[in-house]
Amino acid sequence: MTKPNRARAIAIVSAILLLTLVVTLSQRRVKAAPPEGGISGTIKLEGTAPHQRPIDMSKEPACAAVHKANPVTTENVVAGQDGGLKNVVVYISEGWSGAAEAATATPTWDQKGCQYIPHVMGLDVNQHFKVTNSDPTSHNIHPMPKPGGPNHEWNKSQPSGAPPIDAVWGTEEVAIHVKCNIHPWMSGYMVVVKGPYGISDEKGAYKIENLPPGNYTLTAWQETYGTQTQKVTVAAGKPASANFSFKAK
Amino acid sequence: MGKLVAVTLALITIASAIPIVAHIWVPPADISTHGHLIDEQMSDTMAEAGVCFIAAQLILAAFIWMFSNRKPGDKIKNFPGGAKGLVTAAFLLVGTEVLALGFFGTKAWADVFLIPASANSMPVQVQAGQFAFYFRYPGADGKFGPIHPDKINEANQNIFGLDVDNDPDSKDDIVTAEMGVPMNKEIHLLMHAKDVGHSFYVRELRIQQDFVPGLDLSLHFTATKVGRYEIVCTQLCGLGHYNMKAYLNVMSQPDYDDWLKKQASMQ
Repeated sequence: MTKPNRARAIAIVSAILLLTLVVTLSQRRVKAAPPEGGISGTIKLEGTAPHQRPIDMSKEPACAAVHKANPVTTENVVAGQDGGLKNVVVYISEGWSGAAEAATATPTWDQKGCQYIPHVMGLDVNQHFKVTNSDPTSHNIHPMPKPGGPNHEWNKSQPSGAPPIDAVWGTEEVAIHVKCNIHPWMSGYMVVVKGPYGISDEKGAYKIENLPPGNYTLTAWQETYGTQTQKVTVAAGKPASANFSFKAK
Repeated sequence: MGKLVAVTLALITIASAIPIVAHIWVPPADISTHGHLIDEQMSDTMAEAGVCFIAAQLILAAFIWMFSNRKPGDKIKNFPGGAKGLVTAAFLLVGTEVLALGFFGTKAWADVFLIPASANSMPVQVQAGQFAFYFRYPGADGKFGPIHPDKINEANQNIFGLDVDNDPDSKDDIVTAEMGVPMNKEIHLLMHAKDVGHSFYVRELRIQQDFVPGLDLSLHFTATKVGRYEIVCTQLCGLGHYNMKAYLNVMSQPDYDDWLKKQASMQ
């Protein structure tokens, strides 16, 4: 090969190699990093839970019949025998900077036996959810976000057998109280946050997954006792833990 | 043609009276001490209005029959006194009928609305709110604790907005979703609305009273038969009005005592 042709050949090959390198490296950056770590813990209630009053559904015989064998009570404080506090939502209040891809799952908010199932539901901002009516009676779903706030109050009637209602919240709010105007005892909460969250079970255990390493402020919210915060550091490959304790008033 | 109209009119009149006279639709069971007064008033009204209705329609049919084949040149006779006479006669007739019904019904009205509850009546409070009725019993101390509307929290089942921690009279108050009463005991029902207008209606008790927001109203009645009866809201109060009801349980005194004890344990 002549000298100028050789130089040209080297230049072209180098350019191709450089381009390949750049494209490969940039591909690696675009691909989402695999879930790294999480935070888990237990939420406890110190003291005796306040008495949860039984609910008399006699004005709606269809629902009263469902609970005849197992009467239901209010769910303002649901504590297990070992003091585990249920329905506490633990979320990241500071430190979450991840690309908030709205979760693709569409959870269901069901009305069954004249109760909301689940009693507390976590949602990401802009995550769609479905409201269903599994009862033989009409309900109306009435979420009540903060008046004058960015989330708007709505109120929809849903007769028995009606198709699910699709809804979404556009801004974080902890928490949106949901009620049914026809059945005054029905009560539930939707907790809309950015980033991952966990909800405690009957034992008070919760888990937050898909957290990259970093320093975070965790907030735990319970409908009667309000919020508590804690700072947690998640290190790469090491699961972190954070426990909370609420004092029964 | 005119005679056919007259006959048809007479037949329709008689046919429509038959179901009423034959008592085909019977009113619901009367379980109240003043129920018979209301039922008698109803029968009196039906009888008076019925007699006037049949008389008027049959007289009309008779006139149609008699004068339907008028020939040209026949003169139409006028009612004595002309239009003025007719109006005066109608006024007197209808006026007498209405006044009579009102006069005969005064005892029923007074018994329910004007005579106060007797001193040994049992007070029960009822709060009507969109879209349920809830009841409150004063408990052993016989006193109702104060209501704090800002404390009303249906999610916590604090329907009446009681402050049990700070108001001693509220401590033994019993809040229920069903109204239990002992048989043959006069009940003094204290009524108020939480939000908009509602109405308390138990057809077997022959009792109906609107709730007016801002007013404390009361009724008294005595139930005479054991059973479970519907209390329905009969004043349009919103989208759940059709579903707004509660149940009245009339029980024997021992059953009522047991029921109240059970309700107290669920507070």
